[in-house]
Amino acid sequence: MSRRIGDVILEVDDLHTYCFTSYGVVKAVDGVSFSLRQGETLGIVGESGSGKTMTALSLLRLAPRPTARIVKGSIRLGGEELLTKSEREMRAIRGRRISMILQDPQTSLNPVFTIGNQLIEAIKIHHPDGHRSLVRRAIDGLKQVRVAAPERRVADYPHQISGGMKQRVVGAIAISCEPRVLIADEPTTSLDVTIQAQYLRLLREIQQATNLGLIFITHDFGIVAKMCDRVMVMYAGRAVETGSVRDIFNRPSHPYTQALLNSVPSMDDDIARLYSIAGQPPTLWDLPEGCRFAPRCPHADDRCRHEYPRAFSVGEGHTADCWRLEKEWTPRPFSASTG
Amino acid sequence: MQRFIAKRALQSLLAIWVMSLIVFTLVRVTGNPLDVMLPLEAGPEDYARVSKHWGLDQPVYVQYAIFLGKAVQGDFGNSWKWHGHSAMGLVWQRLPATLQLAGFALLVSVVIALPVGVLSAVMKGTVWDTVAKVIALLGQSLPAFWLGIVLMWIFAVNLGWFPTSGRGGIQYMILPAITLGWFQVAAIMRLVRSSMLEVLDSEFVKLSRIKGLAEWKVVWKHCLRNAAIAPLTFFAIIAGVLMTGSVVTESVFSWPGTGLLVVDAVRARDFQVVQAVVIVFAGIFILTNLLVDILYAYLDPRIRYQ
Repeated sequence: MSRRIGDVILEVDDLHTYCFTSYGVVKAVDGVSFSLRQGETLGIVGESGSGKTMTALSLLRLAPRPTARIVKGSIRLGGEELLTKSEREMRAIRGRRISMILQDPQTSLNPVFTIGNQLIEAIKIHHPDGHRSLVRRAIDGLKQVRVAAPERRVADYPHQISGGMKQRVVGAIAISCEPRVLIADEPTTSLDVTIQAQYLRLLREIQQATNLGLIFITHDFGIVAKMCDRVMVMYAGRAVETGSVRDIFNRPSHPYTQALLNSVPSMDDDIARLYSIAGQPPTLWDLPEGCRFAPRCPHADDRCRHEYPRAFSVGEGHTADCWRLEKEWTPRPFSASTG
Repeated sequence: MQRFIAKRALQSLLAIWVMSLIVFTLVRVTGNPLDVMLPLEAGPEDYARVSKHWGLDQPVYVQYAIFLGKAVQGDFGNSWKWHGHSAMGLVWQRLPATLQLAGFALLVSVVIALPVGVLSAVMKGTVWDTVAKVIALLGQSLPAFWLGIVLMWIFAVNLGWFPTSGRGGIQYMILPAITLGWFQVAAIMRLVRSSMLEVLDSEFVKLSRIKGLAEWKVVWKHCLRNAAIAPLTFFAIIAGVLMTGSVVTESVFSWPGTGLLVVDAVRARDFQVVQAVVIVFAGIFILTNLLVDILYAYLDPRIRYQ
């Protein structure tokens, strides 16, 4: 593999994105910190509503307004703080330096414009050029994502191509301006398994060719094992455990991660009933005072119910937010994830 | 596309034929035109003579056959009320006034409703949105005959800004156009607003923002074209509403168009003129529908290939 992991390109520190709704304040992202290096793939794992997508949209400053607002934290892309940028400056960054692939290819493309038009539009925003040269770049872009007969495809409308092909086009749009960071938000969830494998392979190839930092949002541990270098597990708006893929699989340290891994059915075991985590995720506008997982955690005690645990270091680059780890491991001196 | 247009044209002809049957029957159930036409002291022999003269003594199906035979040649007979005028001649003479008023009303309503609908979707939940909703609610609940009279009373009689009635320069058109158009403003605005809201929430809008596209382009390029599809179908209906609306509005403002003509013709049981007006209205309505279908296929590529 020619991919090499380089310098830190993206640093997120203590990010808080709240939604102000009529029910109250929904703490969709509540103090998430992570970093991403060039050429590295970070998986963000968690169940629906854990704040994965909201985290991703916050990185682009596209959390749905006016409800959602980034209330606190810092996002540094290549050393530059994004949260103090003007909307105009952000537009120059979106697509150009950080980009995203959305979950549902069926609706990610505008049905009334040709795919060529939509791809050219993306290129034109950051590289204004003559029409002919833009068309050539669009065709090259489609080639890059292995779309057959790209010269003809540019004139097609989204409804004329398959779902897998659409997601490739969305990929081509996302990488058309060579971003340094690409967020893929469950890009294969709505594709069937063979197409999914092809798409994942394609993403890896693109990453190898361009050495971009990839944030892969998923709830599928199989994909995590295949795609990611590091994993961040999210629960109710917090990153509860972060570590290398190996550490997370071999030594899951947060009860939630353990429970998640237990929920993955194994091919070897002959079990009658699938494991599932008892209880429901908390409602985000009415979070428990202490650890958010406490109501569902088999190990929870009084302290867990009243005080949110700090991040304890479990190993090299492996941390988890759980009080049980206090006895076994020394806390990281610079831990910032309280609050 | 050609096949599509040919098919639609054939359907249109069929629709107009059915329409002619309906209007021919309906005017005849309103009563005997001779009761209105002849003086009170007219005797049975006068009735028989005039009946024979206009062909009303023939069985209805013969009358219809004669009517249809002439109608396909564009001849709807002579008016009974306006002597010396052909029914079609009267319609052609009055139609420009109606088209002028309806066209102006449509233009004004689209020019107002489209941006207001878009902005009220983009600024959902703000004061602006509420104001737009109130305007829409008023437009849809105020009946044209009442609105026309009230507008006339306020702006023509009391303030003297506009003439009360008649046809002339643009100042004559303002009040009738508002009366005729407000309902449409409300309807288009609500449609644009709701389909904009739906589109604004879609993934491709998110993707175009991710590309780094400026917000005005996201709204006016990506959203509007999608959001325009639903209201466009409604334009076909609007054409009908404007035609029927012209009957009321023209009566209120004495606007010398076909709407006023048909009201006078109905009162006089002038079958020939009523038939001519209704068929022409139906023709305009069907033609608009056809145009909308073609435009619809242009806006939405998913329809073109089906």
